[in-house]
Amino acid sequence: MDITWYLVLSAFIFAIGAAGVISRRNPLVVLLCLELMLNAGNLALVAFSRMHGGEAGQVFALIVMVIAACEVVIGLGIIVAMYRNRLPIDVDEMSELRG
Amino acid sequence: MWFEQVLFFVAGIGALAGALGVVLLQNPFYSVLSLVAHLLGLAVLFLLLHAEFLAAAQVVVYAGAVMVLYLFVVAYIGGADEPLRPESGGVALFGPLFAAAIAVELCIAFISSGLQALDTRGADLGPAFGSPGQIGELLLTDFLLPFEAASFLLLVAAVGAVVLARRRRGLEEVGTGAATEGGRPPSGRREPPTETLEVRV
Repeated sequence: MDITWYLVLSAFIFAIGAAGVISRRNPLVVLLCLELMLNAGNLALVAFSRMHGGEAGQVFALIVMVIAACEVVIGLGIIVAMYRNRLPIDVDEMSELRG
Repeated sequence: MWFEQVLFFVAGIGALAGALGVVLLQNPFYSVLSLVAHLLGLAVLFLLLHAEFLAAAQVVVYAGAVMVLYLFVVAYIGGADEPLRPESGGVALFGPLFAAAIAVELCIAFISSGLQALDTRGADLGPAFGSPGQIGELLLTDFLLPFEAASFLLLVAAVGAVVLARRRRGLEEVGTGAATEGGRPPSGRREPPTETLEVRV
């Protein structure tokens, strides 16, 4: 398969993730959609690494996976803290930074 | 190479369906499971791109560990079904429109970028391309600094998650009235469970 196919697929996945981030209201699902966008970036990185024949892109994708794990952990911690404080689990209601 | 093409289309359609499921399913629990399917499809695509180690890490770390963490939190919070944007406001229209614009724009950028290698199947590869040995050697030689920075970032994130998710009874009593009004109501309601969330990365 040509590299272009992989890149177009990653563009579609990124767009779906962006639509989810905009239109969903549950912060858990917003985090999932952020994961989708990061994974689309990963797919593009690996496709370019295949195109150039060097592994730097794969190492970069590995680092992106680490960043995604950190983001998930912190985001879920914030959501659990919201639940503990009986705040509504809804990104429209959460419009201020004070805990 | 028809086998590779069939595999690409099966895995690609699976990944796209998983991504759509994450956005369109109403129950967060099913969204997480859909993301697992999406990640498995992506792992197959990584294998097709000769990224064996990355595919294995994707399945084990991402689809395994991270998604289990998600499932625990969804089960803990008790994710209820939420209707997809019941009011047909501007955002309901803006989301898909924005997504379509981004997709078209990215496709135009990729296809008309003038990179000649885009229309090939990629460069010639050695036999060890993407194997764990190669990736590990790169991580410990050329990319040592990002590797160490990533490990430090993971440590910071783990400590931060524990700090965020612990019960902070002391802070609410010390805080002012404005800080406690969002806190737990005085009585009559069920206290939330007292376990702390353990995060292991």
